[in-house]
Amino acid sequence: MAPAAYINFEQYLRQDYRGLQWCPGCGDGAILQAFLRAVHELGISQDDMAVVSGIGCSGRISGYIDFNTMHTTHGRAISFATGIKLASPDKHVVVFGGDGDQTAIGGNHFIHACRRNINLTICVINNNVYGMTGGQYSPTTPHGMKTQTMPYGNYDQQFDVVNLAIGAGATYVARESVWKPVALTKFFKKGIQHNGVSVIEVVSNCHINLGRRNKMKSPHAVLDWIKGRTVSLAKAKNMSEEELEGKILVGEFVEKDKPEFTEQYYKLVESLKK
Amino acid sequence: MSRQRVYNGNELVSLAAMDAGCRFYAGYPITPSSEIMEVMSKEMPKVGGAFIQMEDEIASIGAAIGAAWTGVKSMTASSGPGISLKAEHIGFACITETPLVIVNIMRGGPSTGFPTATSQSDLMQARWGTHGDHPVIALVPGTATEMYYETIRAFNLAELYRTPVIILGDEMLGHLNTMLDLPDPSTLELVERKLAEPKPGEKYRPFAMDQGDVPPMGAFFRGYRFHLTGLNSNEYGYPTIDPDMIQAQQERMMNKIANHADEMEKNDTFNLDDADILTVAVGSTGSAAKQASKDMKADGSGRLGVFRPLTLWPFPEKELDALIGSGKFKGLFVPEANLGQLVIEVERINRGRLPIQTLQKVNGFPVTPGDIVERIKEVF
Ligand SMILES: Cc1ncc(C[n+]2csc(CCOP(=O)(O)OP(=O)(O)O)c2C)c(N)n1
Ligand code: SF4
Ligand SMILES: [Mg+2]
Repeated sequence: MAPAAYINFEQYLRQDYRGLQWCPGCGDGAILQAFLRAVHELGISQDDMAVVSGIGCSGRISGYIDFNTMHTTHGRAISFATGIKLASPDKHVVVFGGDGDQTAIGGNHFIHACRRNINLTICVINNNVYGMTGGQYSPTTPHGMKTQTMPYGNYDQQFDVVNLAIGAGATYVARESVWKPVALTKFFKKGIQHNGVSVIEVVSNCHINLGRRNKMKSPHAVLDWIKGRTVSLAKAKNMSEEELEGKILVGEFVEKDKPEFTEQYYKLVESLKK
Repeated sequence: MSRQRVYNGNELVSLAAMDAGCRFYAGYPITPSSEIMEVMSKEMPKVGGAFIQMEDEIASIGAAIGAAWTGVKSMTASSGPGISLKAEHIGFACITETPLVIVNIMRGGPSTGFPTATSQSDLMQARWGTHGDHPVIALVPGTATEMYYETIRAFNLAELYRTPVIILGDEMLGHLNTMLDLPDPSTLELVERKLAEPKPGEKYRPFAMDQGDVPPMGAFFRGYRFHLTGLNSNEYGYPTIDPDMIQAQQERMMNKIANHADEMEKNDTFNLDDADILTVAVGSTGSAAKQASKDMKADGSGRLGVFRPLTLWPFPEKELDALIGSGKFKGLFVPEANLGQLVIEVERINRGRLPIQTLQKVNGFPVTPGDIVERIKEVF
């Protein structure tokens, strides 16, 4: 693949707010770059896009970028985004949040946005842990890993975000890891253009609050771990169930048409005009 | 076209919202407020506004806040358990200074309580329902007709002060039928938010400190981009840890209500002139007190004056203080459909000057004029 073209990201980053909170090497920055590249390549005006986020390290994204932005409450970004979208159906509305944000406290909003098929682009940054609050276990923390609140290793069960989205009815579902920025940009572009709900899960690293407690102190160590666990959908076809045990499938899982919520609503509005 | 017919209080809230220009409603069904949502689901699409039934009450107010920042007037309604769920987002609306109307059709509590029965047990929740110091405006209509006019006023106050406004109805008012001829909406005095109009290249400051107590409201997608957060923020809406900025913003947020309390004040007074007992009551209990006063006057059994605030928060301190200090009354009487919430505020303002008697009814039935007459005879 050709190297990605140079983009001056300054135009997308708030020059008057530099309170960057992320640890050096955090995956959130790379994900943000992949997203901004997608927006840039699609040629979408920053004025026509709202970016709404929840609370967590990942939720900080909205503050750094120069769009119509709202940093909401823990888990509930989707609800605010739903109001924005329904009131402004011709605008792009993107949601960012973490695994805790969107599958624990915000799980209800997540599944209902998927069911509703409202045209939001939802990015779940899954670092398998509660990063911001110091590394407690989340609904996606792998079995056996140590966290602040699983000091003896995680004995709880996990959500698979992709399966959750599919089960709830999402019409565009993709997953990729943070070390594949080109694929991420592609998925962001498709998600933003998709007419319906799109869920893009990004498998990311929190070396500070997950890695350190699990013998992976550096960003690279966590990225290597992620790399060893991810398998593309194409490759997975030729692998046995045993070989796939504990692996994370990446790629595009769903892309389908279904009536979009705001379109349905405004069709009703039109029909009542007579 | 005449709009004269019989309406219940909940319908009147919805129709008033539509007449006030509300163009976004999000809610989740709950007794005894559901009719509000049902009317909105029917009326909103007719005028091109947006209606959505969300997955819970937290999401409902979240959606309403999101919509408010696209430039529309928005509303959500619920009752006890749903209002408790909304609490976190009420705080978000306060700190982001979002105009929004939140209706609470009060029912018995705590918890699931008595869903189909009336109550006034959320007076203090309306004041202190979300964490942190925060400003609150809460209106408490006392008749079905007032459900209409106070809803109009709620939207006006929300727009004027860029803040959430709570309407405290109750089950009885919500389901009370009244014959009413609704006004022609074009005759209503409506307030529209002061919209920010930054010049090209000028940065919009949602929390500007130099534009009066209430900075102009921005809207998304208007060509000037800005940030909002539930964190303490600076004038631009960016998170801050600057102690002076946090102190100043918190004080401005509170003062924009405190400094304008007089403009929000609205009280109904009844038979005060020749009264020797001052009744302080709100909502449907306030209406019952007026009837009791009338009845007692008619049969000469007592001289009951009624002071009925329609703006509960901020509380009409000055007016009540003056009445208590007038020397006309031998005692205060505070009837309410709860176990003593309004009386806390009355005691605070009374400062021990007059004896206070109460009537506190929480069995699910409204306080009636008969209850009041009986209690007055018992205690005075
Ligand atoms: C209602 C509420 N509960 C708890 C918190 C505390 N809190 C802040 S962020 C967070 C978890 C963040 O984890 P995740 O969503 O995975 O985001 P990450 O920091 O890992 O990106 C929690 C529990 C909060 N802010 N609000
Ligand atoms: S704590 Fe983890 S998720 Fe948060 S910024 Fe640091 S590395 Fe990233
Ligand atoms: Mg996380």
